[in-house]
Amino acid sequence: MFRYIVRRLLQMILTFFGATFVVFALMFANQDDPIQALAGEKPVSASLRAALTERYHLDEGFLSQYWYYMSNLLTGDLGVTLTGRDISALLAEAWPRTLQLSLMAIVLAAVLAVTAGVWSAIRRGGALDNGILAFTLLLLAMPIVVLAPVAQLVFGMELGWFPATASREISFYTLMLPAIVLATTVVATQLRVTRTSVVENLRADYVRTARAKGLTPRRVTWVHVLRNSLIPVITLIGVDLGTLMSGALVTEEVFNIPGVGFNLARGIRNEDGPLVVGFVSILVIVFLVVNLIVDLLYAALDPRIRYE
Amino acid sequence: MTDIQASMDVLPGLDPRAPLLQINDLHVEFRTRDGVAKAVNGASFRLSPGETLAILGESGCGKSVTAQAIMGILESPPGHITRGEVRYRGVDLLKLPEHERRKVRANKIAMIFQDALSALNPVYTVGFQLAELFRAHRGMSRADAKNRAIGLLDQVRIPAARARINDYPHQFSGGMRQRVMIAMALALDPEVLIADEPTTALDVTVQAQIMSLLAELQRQRNMGLILITHDMGVVADVADRISVMYAGRVIEEAPVYDIYARPAHPYTRALLESIPRLDLKGHQLTAIRGLPPVLTDIPSGCAFNPRCRYAKDPCLQDPPPPAYAIAPHRTARCHFFREVLGE
Amino acid sequence: MSDPNLIAMAEAPAGSGRPRSLAGDAWHDLRRNKIFWASSVLVLVVLLMALAPSLFTSADPAACALSNKHKGPAGGALFGYDFQGCDVFARTVHGTRNSIEVGFLSTLLAGVIGLCFGLAAGYYGGAVDAVLSRGIDIVLGIPFLLGAVVFSGRLSAGEGDDGVTAVTLTLGLLAWTSAARVMRSSVVSAKSQDYVAAARMLGAGPLRLMFRHILPNSIAPFIVVLTLMLGANIAAEATLSYLGVGLKGEAISWGVQIADAQGQARVAAGPLVWPSVFLAATVLAFIMLGDAVRDAFDPKLR
Repeated sequence: MFRYIVRRLLQMILTFFGATFVVFALMFANQDDPIQALAGEKPVSASLRAALTERYHLDEGFLSQYWYYMSNLLTGDLGVTLTGRDISALLAEAWPRTLQLSLMAIVLAAVLAVTAGVWSAIRRGGALDNGILAFTLLLLAMPIVVLAPVAQLVFGMELGWFPATASREISFYTLMLPAIVLATTVVATQLRVTRTSVVENLRADYVRTARAKGLTPRRVTWVHVLRNSLIPVITLIGVDLGTLMSGALVTEEVFNIPGVGFNLARGIRNEDGPLVVGFVSILVIVFLVVNLIVDLLYAALDPRIRYE
Repeated sequence: MTDIQASMDVLPGLDPRAPLLQINDLHVEFRTRDGVAKAVNGASFRLSPGETLAILGESGCGKSVTAQAIMGILESPPGHITRGEVRYRGVDLLKLPEHERRKVRANKIAMIFQDALSALNPVYTVGFQLAELFRAHRGMSRADAKNRAIGLLDQVRIPAARARINDYPHQFSGGMRQRVMIAMALALDPEVLIADEPTTALDVTVQAQIMSLLAELQRQRNMGLILITHDMGVVADVADRISVMYAGRVIEEAPVYDIYARPAHPYTRALLESIPRLDLKGHQLTAIRGLPPVLTDIPSGCAFNPRCRYAKDPCLQDPPPPAYAIAPHRTARCHFFREVLGE
Repeated sequence: MSDPNLIAMAEAPAGSGRPRSLAGDAWHDLRRNKIFWASSVLVLVVLLMALAPSLFTSADPAACALSNKHKGPAGGALFGYDFQGCDVFARTVHGTRNSIEVGFLSTLLAGVIGLCFGLAAGYYGGAVDAVLSRGIDIVLGIPFLLGAVVFSGRLSAGEGDDGVTAVTLTLGLLAWTSAARVMRSSVVSAKSQDYVAAARMLGAGPLRLMFRHILPNSIAPFIVVLTLMLGANIAAEATLSYLGVGLKGEAISWGVQIADAQGQARVAAGPLVWPSVFLAATVLAFIMLGDAVRDAFDPKLR
């Protein structure tokens, strides 16, 4: 277990510096005029030019630029937007909403995916299984840019089941429809992986043993098979977080939820370089940390790895 | 006390004087996309307390399927029991509802599988998997069940049982894992134990240890043991009687000594001749010619006829040879058993 | 589990037909698969629409008249008009080309990178594998769309550029990791097969081994991943365009259409719904195709 953790940590540190370096290089390196790139197509005043040069140490060498960028990032100093707002404060205000939204989506997706996935696997080939598979196919085919506006139109405006926008009043109720939309971006894959994994495990020898022990089918499935089947599903959570992040970008924009994605989407539209750089860097870090946690969780679930 | 209580009301209609286990004319088939595979075609045999019956045959002869049908753990679909009886103390298990059937498993009839590494659940500790039996069947508390589990590991002579109870299957050696399997099967004091190739996956030295442990535990408890194997060497040491299966039928049944001394079926004879023997060093081994039959397309008449050196016209005709009683407690399904016996 | 031999025997074809290769087996299965045919037809229609939009509509997607704003379906404009008075049907049909072009080219790029990385990592193993695998980890460490947002903003060349090249490069350079991983693992398992060892002992060089012996036997899962990726990349293009960092300027794209129509969805749903339907149907077609091919090559999951 200890060696496993150390190895994963070392790998993660490498990935961490690699990924942040790539993001940083994409934003600053080899650019004719990085300041113009940060400001988009707007004209840049001399004072802004000076401020940006100082902020990103653009008059120094490339590696030291990266050094300053990283140390600012790790101390939580994200600088100011082109319009002069403090990016850290903006982030601090926005993240609880995004957290609430994504937690709702994650729980919703996981519960649905695991229950439906197990049912589907048990009755594989039956009408329920085929129905569920067809439904996941439909979900997979619906990119978030299609789903979010259409769901808002149908369930928010036409049918009026949910509030069409959340805006300032963030509550469980106003976030419900956005959370459902966000959940659909990951639920189909999770469900399919659960199903495949349960199908494979149902054929495993230890299932035969469990049945020979006179255990009820319910116990065989939900205790013996499920624990084994969840191992590949857990690894999905890390990947899913990336999907959720991009999903939140669109969902928060569509439903007017002033969270991280909403601000980032605004920053992209307004070509506010510093804001995009700051937010994306933080999200990359969150993504990497969550993936490390998932790796450790994986070890906790699978004893064969723990004692490697 | 609770244990006795529990076993008393397991099944209504049990007759203590009836044979321990009696299989009559069992038929199992697998319905697949490419046709119906007839895995078991009228297997019959009988087991008494304290007796060891070896079921012998090549892979695909239906011996494992028979065992799974007795346990009621046949995967269905594709497996279907189409005919026959599995009588335990007079009660036909095949007619019982599933929830009654479940009480028989592990309680009355238990099973050991070939590859203990894959047969044990990799993500639960050995202790959990043992204690689970007491909790599910006896409703014991966690602590009691754990103590019983430790006692079981002691009985199958796993050193430091108290510590190893928290280990996972992959942390045990092959032989130790098979001991865990045995402990699991014996947990609820079953009267019948089915061991499906219990030593095939093990080293030769460990094989002997496991077999003698099994034999010893069987003696202590006066269990009926069904030993499924393709290894004639293993059989000779421990079995009382042997049933040889071919293409889903018991083609010869006899006390172990008789089979080795004078096989009555050409297939049994061929099997014996294909074992390397020290006293016949230098002689050429005879392999059985041809392949085992494809179960979707079993030859008519005697299923062994395409590979048999005694085969004559009647062997090709349906119905297949009946079980000729050739001596007390001895049957063979061969029209020409006299010729084979060398009379 | 019952005797493996028994199952093998039970599943062997009853007739005495000659044994088929894996690909032959897969094709035999595919031919009988309705989903395969349905998705193939759908893909062909979409391709035709991308290559020859004028077969489907004679209207000019750029000919917009504000006087037509939000008008319902009329004449050739099957889906009505959007808020700028443009023919929604014509724009949707003409939007196909950009989506398909971006989807195909970016998948091709990702496929080439993934093939090289996966083949090299899987074949050489050891240090090469370690370095390449860490490279894959690093790219995977950047959430796909966030990387794309930064990347495509960085690549687009300003005035007059429609963004097609930038988006294609972005998606191709970020999406190859899954393909590389799949390629690597199938090469690793193919490499340990006896026939590869036999070929090596017969003196086959590394290139011959790779392309004659290993590649043909490990390409199937890779192709499946690419098919699924094609659908995903088309969806990603729409998302980037929706966010304003994808196709821009005069370029017509489903994502741009959806972004434009969203504000007025209450007034006129058509301009939002129709490009959505086309986008979803196209993505669906590629996913179903990939699924069907995978099932054919991997029958054990049925």
